[in-house]
Amino acid sequence: MLNTVVCIKQVPDTTQVRIDPETNTLVREGIPAIINPFDMPAIAAAVQLKETHGGTCTALCMGPPQAVEALQKALSFGVDRAILLSDRALIGSDTLATSAALAAAVRGLAEEQRVDLVLCGKQTIDGDTAQVGPGIATRLGFSQITYVGNIESVDVEARRLRCRRLLEGAEEVVDAPLPALLTILKEAGEPRYASLPAVIKGLRTEIPVWGTADTGLDPSEVGLPGSPTQVRRIFAPPQRERGEMLTADDGNPDRAADLLLDRLLADGVFEE
Amino acid sequence: MGNREDKQKSIAEIARDACIGCEQCVGICPVDAISMDAEDIAVVDADACTGCRKCVEACPTSAITMSEGEPAEVAVPEPATEPAPAEAAAPPSEGPTPEVWVFVEHADGRPAAVSWELLGKGRQLAADLGGRVCSVLLGHQVDPLAKEAFAHGADTVYLMDDAVLAHYRTQPYLHGVVDLVQKYQPAIMLLGATTTGRDLAGAVATRLGTGLTADCTGLSIDPQTKLLEQTRPAYGGNIMATILCEKQRPQMATVRPRVMDMPTRDDSRGGEIVTEELALAEDAVLLRIVEYAREADTSAVRIEDANILVSGGRGLGGPDGFQMLAELANALGGAVSGSRAAVDQGWIEHPRQVGQTGKTVRPRLYIACGISGAIQHLVGMETSDVIVAINSDPNAPIFDLATYGIVGDVNEVVPALTRVVKTRLPGRGAPSE
Repeated sequence: MLNTVVCIKQVPDTTQVRIDPETNTLVREGIPAIINPFDMPAIAAAVQLKETHGGTCTALCMGPPQAVEALQKALSFGVDRAILLSDRALIGSDTLATSAALAAAVRGLAEEQRVDLVLCGKQTIDGDTAQVGPGIATRLGFSQITYVGNIESVDVEARRLRCRRLLEGAEEVVDAPLPALLTILKEAGEPRYASLPAVIKGLRTEIPVWGTADTGLDPSEVGLPGSPTQVRRIFAPPQRERGEMLTADDGNPDRAADLLLDRLLADGVFEE
Repeated sequence: MGNREDKQKSIAEIARDACIGCEQCVGICPVDAISMDAEDIAVVDADACTGCRKCVEACPTSAITMSEGEPAEVAVPEPATEPAPAEAAAPPSEGPTPEVWVFVEHADGRPAAVSWELLGKGRQLAADLGGRVCSVLLGHQVDPLAKEAFAHGADTVYLMDDAVLAHYRTQPYLHGVVDLVQKYQPAIMLLGATTTGRDLAGAVATRLGTGLTADCTGLSIDPQTKLLEQTRPAYGGNIMATILCEKQRPQMATVRPRVMDMPTRDDSRGGEIVTEELALAEDAVLLRIVEYAREADTSAVRIEDANILVSGGRGLGGPDGFQMLAELANALGGAVSGSRAAVDQGWIEHPRQVGQTGKTVRPRLYIACGISGAIQHLVGMETSDVIVAINSDPNAPIFDLATYGIVGDVNEVVPALTRVVKTRLPGRGAPSE
């Protein structure tokens, strides 16, 4: 038996976010909210672990009330249970405060039944920090294993697991005791296609909403009071000067190529 | 003169197109009058708003203004002058001479170049603070790395040498770094935004309860407050945010490799080594490394090390386009990379992806072929020395960034360039992969 909690986030699809060239502001209207794509392999791994070892698999999401949609989707991919962590006191949380809230929710789940593993994606596409996973592990005192490309084996009896970590230009296999927190890479796989009955089950499942009071959190640990970082200023990326256009008048690509090579040689690009 | 009740109350108004959904106003509103709507844009409950203006000051994009009218009596508008920041009067715990720390990342005795790049930036920050820049070096038998740290600009190296630290593992490194920080209280700590740097930084910041800003592209010291201004791309690079950590120390940040300039090496430089013991025995470490393998250097794709990159995007139309790019790359002695769109289509493998969710590259020459220039791509290559854009769309944003641009069909321009290079630079065709 292996009880797993998978932490997910609902994010705007940042690949569709655009800057309005007139007003130089972010156009967010009509941008779909999706499950953070980096969380999908973590959901897949959590469901896979449950199928292999038995036990339960719970999805945990912190966000506004509408983030319940992300949890419905996680249910359709095969997690057993979903908890939405949502409270006005959580608004404005930075990564430190977010890890405090999620760790408290995991502790809450652990009061009901032992939690062996917490899985996260490697980072989110809106924040791109990769900080919340290590934050949760540190707060809970779990073994911290980031950038997992494959969960090689879990020995439920001995309460240890082996994971393959993918690093820059290197790989390592680590052996660590449970409980552990893993951040999962896409090499670990994607969730299976959700069947229609699974989608309906996701929509019909009652998703409990936990607030700070339910998780024993002190409001000073979360939200703006619990966040040491503050956004001071937001601005559009600096505009650059347009470069030299070398397109030949007659559109002859060889002439343009010749002109380009002249420039590159003059710039010393090929000098050792 | 009408009495006060006759006048319309002044309330906060939100410019929807300027709201970026950061929720700062929601958190700061003392009467819970602001909430986020279904589109994640802040909305004000006019009945509850007391006109206190706290949200106006908190909003980083100046999206909130006050409607005309009188503020409610409970709220006194803030004076026009900026109040002195609290931290200027009572700085949080920092050593007497401000120190900027840079974590030295290494594996198999080989340092990660970002450790030295950050020393260059750290030196500037230390100069602006009137302090010194220090390397934090944990490992086993790593004395040569201390010498390299001095050569790249460190004034001091904090050294913890123990067999337990021979190979990076979160728990003992966390233990060692936290002990050092608590003893010496640096103002700032910088780490590379690598797998190891991010693994450690998130744990250290949590243990210390301090702020951590990921993937900074700009770091500077505010001359008045002496706070570290940490600028990073947000929303996939669509906007830039400057982030402060006012009350906690150290102010922690990670920076991707090749974002900061490599300082000039000076092997004649020396410095002070401060040695500390690791207070953690091997049998207390939970995690064991069973296997460790460095990818063979010959087969590994390391676009981040290439001097010349020929990069392709959606405009190539298919995997065959990358064959064409490979011919140009071979003629130039460079390597092939791609945009996220090309990787998502399966035309090129993920280790060759440039951009926000791929790698940051900084070659001497970057040739973007059929890449429109989505901001998430640009943040991964904009510091390249010379950028060439080849695209059929004259309005493609990539041309705004390019040093040289050619409007045309990549299927004509790229082969033409390959021919010209082969003719005029016949010696360059050394295969680099």
